[in-house]
Amino acid sequence: MLSVDEELEKGSFITLFGKSGVGKTTILRIVAGLVKPEVGIIEVDGETWLNTERNISLPTQKRPIGFVFQDFALFPHMTVRQNLVFASKGKKDFDFIDQLISLVGLETFANSKPGVLSGGQRQRAALIRSLVRKPRILLLDEPFSALDHEMSCRLREEIFNIHRQFNLTTLLVSHDKEDIYSLSNVIMQITNGKIIKSIQTNNISTQNGNRGLNKIQGKVLQIRKNGVVYILEIQVGNNVVKIIVNEEESRELKPGKMVMLYPKPFQQIIKG
Amino acid sequence: MNLDFQPLWLTFKLAIITTAILLIIGTLIAGFLAHRSFRLKAVIEAMISLPLVLPPSVLGFYLLIAFSPESVFGKLLQSIFNIRLIFSFPGLVIGSLIYSLPFMVHPIQAGLQGLPSSLKEAAFTLGKSNMKTLTSVLLPNIKPAMLTGIVLTFAHTVGEFGVVLMIGGNLEGKTRVASIAVFDEVEAMNYHAANIYSLLLISFSFCILLMVYLLNRRILKSN
Repeated sequence: MLSVDEELEKGSFITLFGKSGVGKTTILRIVAGLVKPEVGIIEVDGETWLNTERNISLPTQKRPIGFVFQDFALFPHMTVRQNLVFASKGKKDFDFIDQLISLVGLETFANSKPGVLSGGQRQRAALIRSLVRKPRILLLDEPFSALDHEMSCRLREEIFNIHRQFNLTTLLVSHDKEDIYSLSNVIMQITNGKIIKSIQTNNISTQNGNRGLNKIQGKVLQIRKNGVVYILEIQVGNNVVKIIVNEEESRELKPGKMVMLYPKPFQQIIKG
Repeated sequence: MNLDFQPLWLTFKLAIITTAILLIIGTLIAGFLAHRSFRLKAVIEAMISLPLVLPPSVLGFYLLIAFSPESVFGKLLQSIFNIRLIFSFPGLVIGSLIYSLPFMVHPIQAGLQGLPSSLKEAAFTLGKSNMKTLTSVLLPNIKPAMLTGIVLTFAHTVGEFGVVLMIGGNLEGKTRVASIAVFDEVEAMNYHAANIYSLLLISFSFCILLMVYLLNRRILKSN
């Protein structure tokens, strides 16, 4: 059983982080109204969405939310554009639909059915479909789990831009630390039935670069030998950092390993 | 050869009308059962499935009692609509609707339950009602199941005998459907006529089933 008692600021990007099965998707679904908790209150912008004591439960249809499902849930019998039109309220939204299609670069595939699209294209289609109704809150359920690393990085950036551009409050469910570093400013970590909330004001991959942090976490992508030295490629946030290490250091580091970087002026030191 | 084709025409008419009505009622019932769970669900599902296991004569017997002008229901119909359901074509239709209901409900319910629930939930997050979701999102994705329901209902109604025998009355031009006609001709020892009716019925049923399987394969391939 999980007990949640949190207040979230409008415009935040919140990541619900934790191992599989711990309840993070359930929280998302409760916010969406797809699941009703035994006891609970949800208030958004002064509006009561849920109050079990007063028997109030606003149906999903009436909540101004956008939901991106883990399996994308695109309607297989409709083209991308038809999926978006279905989401819309009428002809007046058609210009906006065209804008959204351009925003994620799906112009060529707008008249194709989801069956012929790649994972990344489906994800983008599902993302913009959730935005057609101009929601206030965007809910993402492990949106990158079906994608490869490169595609995930690209889409992370797109989601971040959309979050900013549409002034959304975004809740992302993930078990990938990458999402914390590159996207969120609020992290809710769920472990052992408890939620630990932390606020991160320094986003590692901002356009201004590192802001005086004295340690950075990254993941080793690959190690290549180049003459007598080894070139280590490390994923840090949205960027790939290349560092030279000697043979001794390289022996301890393997692709996939999480490492800490301690950048000092003129010198880089790695500890694995 | 002087074969009376009216029984075949009556059979066809009964099957088309029953299938058309059940397509609407059965789909609504299937949609309701597929997505909800409630205390009496097992009871309702058992009731719908009864015609699968009940001897048709039992069903026919109860309908006979219910439709009888002596009963409350029968008296009501007589006074308001001036309809007598016993020994009438409308009576056969009502009997068929009950008798063939599970053949429409089961395939569609199974089809709906086989769809990922995220499809329905996505439609809800896009502001669509239950009905809109059912008609615009769910049903278009279970075409094979709907086809199965339609064809099985149609074929099953064509094969109806026990119920019709009880409540039909074998009235020529009104309730003497093909299955009854076969029985009749055998009783009267007109084996030639019985043979022709039977051959037509069995060929028709076989072709229908063949069509279902072929169409299903084609739909699955195109997906």
